[in-house]
Amino acid sequence: MKKIISIICGLMILAACGDSDSTSLSTNSVTLEPTVSVETETEMPAQDQETAEPDESEVVQPSIDYPTAIVSLSPTATEMLFAIGAGEQVVAVDNYSYWPPQAPVVDDLSGWNPNVEAIASFEPDLVILSDTGVQEELELLGIRVYVAAAAVELEDVYSQLGEIGDITGNSQGSSMVVAQMREQIEEILDAIQMPSDSLTYFHELDDTLYSVTSSTFIGQIYTMTGLKNIADPADEDGTAWGYPQLSEEFILEADPDIIFFADATCCAQSVATISARPGWSELSAVRNGNVFEMDSDISSRWGPRLIDFLETVADAVATVNAR
Amino acid sequence: MPVRQLLAGGVAPRPMGGGAEKFRVPGLLIGFVAVAVATSAGVLIGPADIDRTDALKELLDRLPFISVDSGLSPIQKNIIWEVRLPRVALGALVGGTLALSGASYQAVFRNPLADPYLLGAAAGAGLGATVAIVTGSGDGVGTFDLVPLLAFVGALIAVALTYLLGYSSGTQRSPAALLLAGVAVASFLTAIQTFIQQQNVETIRQVYSWILGRLNTASWDEVSLLAPYAFASGLLILVYRRVLDVMRLGDLEASSLGIRPQLVRLVVICAASLGTAAAVAVSGLIAFVGIIVPHTVRLVAGASNRVVLPLSILFGAAFLVFVDLLGRSLASPAEIPIGVITAFCGAPFFVIVLRSSKRTLG
Repeated sequence: MKKIISIICGLMILAACGDSDSTSLSTNSVTLEPTVSVETETEMPAQDQETAEPDESEVVQPSIDYPTAIVSLSPTATEMLFAIGAGEQVVAVDNYSYWPPQAPVVDDLSGWNPNVEAIASFEPDLVILSDTGVQEELELLGIRVYVAAAAVELEDVYSQLGEIGDITGNSQGSSMVVAQMREQIEEILDAIQMPSDSLTYFHELDDTLYSVTSSTFIGQIYTMTGLKNIADPADEDGTAWGYPQLSEEFILEADPDIIFFADATCCAQSVATISARPGWSELSAVRNGNVFEMDSDISSRWGPRLIDFLETVADAVATVNAR
Repeated sequence: MPVRQLLAGGVAPRPMGGGAEKFRVPGLLIGFVAVAVATSAGVLIGPADIDRTDALKELLDRLPFISVDSGLSPIQKNIIWEVRLPRVALGALVGGTLALSGASYQAVFRNPLADPYLLGAAAGAGLGATVAIVTGSGDGVGTFDLVPLLAFVGALIAVALTYLLGYSSGTQRSPAALLLAGVAVASFLTAIQTFIQQQNVETIRQVYSWILGRLNTASWDEVSLLAPYAFASGLLILVYRRVLDVMRLGDLEASSLGIRPQLVRLVVICAASLGTAAAVAVSGLIAFVGIIVPHTVRLVAGASNRVVLPLSILFGAAFLVFVDLLGRSLASPAEIPIGVITAFCGAPFFVIVLRSSKRTLG
């Protein structure tokens, strides 16, 4: 019995750790009500309030307390904060917020297993979480919480950047970042020359052959480049939340044109180890040298470094075309 | 009655279930047929669309003095030789080893709930594998894979620890002390494993796919790693199968017949643990095989270890190969972790056998 339970737990964790899934963006609620109210003591005659309504933004903006002590427990949110110019307001980030280098990483601060007391010890006025796990507990302590749920599609990235910009008082910075991202993405996509017969790819998450389908966030970004995903038939009904484990013989039979492997860090995989796998030497991606490393952080986050991800893909396609 | 005589099979004690012997020949025959059917299906069926007659021709082609052109592409040949065959071979070895280890533990502890992971082998292997996965990431260790090695070492250390603990409890010489020591060691090692894993969440996916069993990426390397241990432990246990039957009468009676129960127990436990450790090291934790298969065999063919032990090997092998076939076919081309299927198919199947059999467990 214990074993069944542990297996079920294992499955659930496995499913939940599918980097960017489950929690839908609808939980992306901003809970600012208690502290971000217009200060009541502003001497404003009641009759004036009506006339002031049209330019509410002008009146409200200066009186909002923008956070000055932000704790981010989401590596993606950390990247966003620094990109939009809110870096100065950040006091602590979780132990997986590797990027940018100047982010104030606290080794024991875990976003995976958040500890309310540890978070509160930084006396934050805004905490950014990647799920609703400890939202309630933090709010009971009177701490404002923003849940930066995993993006489901590209537009979610832009709206999340916008929202983080709004609550941290960096709306201008965030709209600049969004505009720049839109522009760069368009440029990169325009430059990609997909052969008439679309190239196929396999995105390897780990060395037990977990992959992503086109329904995942990262799968959609691949689709935008025109690449075709070999993993799609493996999770047509979505029971694996877009992260199926593929049969090895299926990958061999599908014979993808390009292999992107995101398991260099986790599982010590390299072009050499993948090419040396039994039976993989005959794959066209291996024979033609089209096996490319994909940074696991960049490909599992939905922040501004999406541009780097797209550039890696674009470079790979260009390399394949040149061969 | 000297042990030597028992080992040589000179005397065939029939402590219980006198009718057991008549099941033996057809039982073995059915066992071999089951293994043959499961392995052929395992090699001929799979997510890759390969014509079955071509696949058969490809297999025949490798036999000496036979040359048939299968017409398969190099990739399809690789699928047969480098993916399906090693996977089937590993499944059979792991299934046979786990079922035999389970049957042996049940025999020496006289406890129907004993399974191969009872003495902490699973927890030790899990800890070893987690340490290897956590530290092995980064610069890598060349082509040498640390995970099975550390899992193997971890499993052996765990069993040794259990044994030391169980027997250091002085006057307590009953097998129960050993079982309790196993529970303590397993919880302790699992706690360490969980702690390390929580400190390194980036590897959690890898740790869990390891724990859920991994025949998916089976290769000949793993087969050759497991085979020597599987055969050694299998042979050793089978040699003792008659002695184990005598021991079913109880330690006192066995002693009066010239058997040293403590020694027999030690040898059988060591052999079974060695096999389990090697199986766990290459395939992860595969639940239920070690309990379901021996009990099913017992319910159908009687409780005599002379029958149960060899049949457990055969049906364990056939069961796991068949279950693995389901694992890669049901959600094809996606995989279902084998540990899930063994539990999912094994448990209801066992209930059916239990309800339809008039025999008692023991």
